[in-house]
Amino acid sequence: MTAVRTTPGRSGGPAPVLRRLAALPLRAHLAIGTVLVFAVAGLLGPLIKPYDSARTSPPDRLLPPGARLSDGAVAWLGTDQVGQDILAEVLAGMRTSLTVALVTVLVGGSVGLFLGLVAGYFGGWADGIISRVGDIQLAFPSLLLAILLAGVLGPSMVNVIIALAVTRWVIFARVVRGSAIAVRDREFVDSARVMGASHGRILLHYILPSCLPPLLVAATVQVGLTMVAEASLSFLGLGVPSSQASWGSTIAEGRDYLASAWWIAAVPGAALALVVVSIGILGDLLRDTSDPMTEL
Amino acid sequence: MTAFVGRRLAQALLQIWGAITIVFIALRVLPGDPAELILGSQATPEQLAELRAELGLDDPLPAQYISHLQDVVRLDFGDSWRQGVAALDACLERLGPTLVLSAWAMIITVVLGFVAGSYAARHANTAIDHLISVTSLVGQALPPFWIGIMLSLIFARMLQILPSTADGSMASLLLPALTLALPFVGWLGRLVRTGILEEMNQDYVRTAHAKGLSHRVVFYIHVLRNTLVPIVTMLGLLMGYFIANGVIVEVIFAWPGIGSLLVDSITFRDYAVVEAILTVITLCYIVLNLIVDVLYAYLDPRIQLENA
Repeated sequence: MTAVRTTPGRSGGPAPVLRRLAALPLRAHLAIGTVLVFAVAGLLGPLIKPYDSARTSPPDRLLPPGARLSDGAVAWLGTDQVGQDILAEVLAGMRTSLTVALVTVLVGGSVGLFLGLVAGYFGGWADGIISRVGDIQLAFPSLLLAILLAGVLGPSMVNVIIALAVTRWVIFARVVRGSAIAVRDREFVDSARVMGASHGRILLHYILPSCLPPLLVAATVQVGLTMVAEASLSFLGLGVPSSQASWGSTIAEGRDYLASAWWIAAVPGAALALVVVSIGILGDLLRDTSDPMTEL
Repeated sequence: MTAFVGRRLAQALLQIWGAITIVFIALRVLPGDPAELILGSQATPEQLAELRAELGLDDPLPAQYISHLQDVVRLDFGDSWRQGVAALDACLERLGPTLVLSAWAMIITVVLGFVAGSYAARHANTAIDHLISVTSLVGQALPPFWIGIMLSLIFARMLQILPSTADGSMASLLLPALTLALPFVGWLGRLVRTGILEEMNQDYVRTAHAKGLSHRVVFYIHVLRNTLVPIVTMLGLLMGYFIANGVIVEVIFAWPGIGSLLVDSITFRDYAVVEAILTVITLCYIVLNLIVDVLYAYLDPRIQLENA
């Protein structure tokens, strides 16, 4: 979906967009399909197959995929050590994962966009401060920073988002700063300046549009990376609280049952791997199709 | 050269100061009372007040910050309340296994990466080249901790040929090192492939062929050597990455390194150890980056130092 919207289709209506979509390589279709399926599953899944972390069902413990539960339902992906249906857990985990990733990228992306625009357009001491702070933070391994912040702030979804957004803003700020520098001295910006446009107007109408395509590529890639980071934090017990499903914490629990019930760790891990690989392919695709020159 | 090294050194010092400050802000400025976290919710107000005074938490923040900087310069992070030893000692004791693990991950990455990359370059645009490139893309995208768990499931549980937790043997090193290395094998392979293909088009390669040298000699003596310069320097960055990001892998395989100690210390609120570990890891990371930059400029005279 995103891929379609970003490809510059200013002159064309829906028909050229569809044609472009059809012309995409097979892996793009697979990736878009996978991401869509996961997004819908995360959105609607918990409504159809609710997950309740407090519910336990001892007779249904550690059942293999496809087994029949004591209440007659079929656990297509098996059950865990307290008798929870893995499918319900994976669907609820998808929702957690998507929420954390999207909000993190939105928050980190907005902060990065603002600071990147200021640094790139105005330059000077503002650029100096923003870029130095960014350099200093990048010298600190981002995973460690996330672990430190999430550990100190305590387990909650908001804290995970804060911890991850703090580690991401620099990446967005750098991307935006680069594009802003590339256009700020071009003729059309100069002419706007000569016409008496204010800084705000120039930033919003002339600089911002050129910064968006690369920002969108970076955001797509970061959604995937943030999902992995969220799962990593939850895996370490520093992520969302145990009352909320997360792929990372399910995998951590399943690690103790690898010998007897491999599906507990393998299924959410496979789901994460599949969706992250798909998002990675989408990111590559966006990078290839969004030619910055057409946007200038 | 001296000016470049000096400037780069100053930058590294700034980064180290920044890292110390980040850790200070996270542990002291953010909400949360370390004394209460250490003593637990049953502690009496007197006990809390006593510990706060002992930890210097009653001082104003700027004073705490100055004394913290002084402590770090003296490499004094305080004592680990959990282990009862100096935090730095507790940290350095676990640094060895982490370095061993990172070194083996590096060896695996280099060997597999170079083999795959040069093979793909020599068979560019064939089916096997595409296979290598797809595998490397997928390998880079897979979450590292899932790779670890799957490797442990396959090799330790199903085939039962390798231990899944650290027991001091060489065999127990293999799975964690492989987990750490796998995402980067493809990355290095692609770098090697591109590097070789670029060098192959250079004039000196045509000259070497014109002299009548065999393909083998041209490839190994001329091409591969020139590809090495940028790649060798990248490996320094990779080493820093392995040290810093081994955390998850160490937890999965119960590897007694600095990363698993970090997670334990955060869980148990042993902040002295957390500070010591983060400072040591960031120091390694920043120093490795510094070495890489200087080495790069030194190895490749074409780099314009003034603009670097």
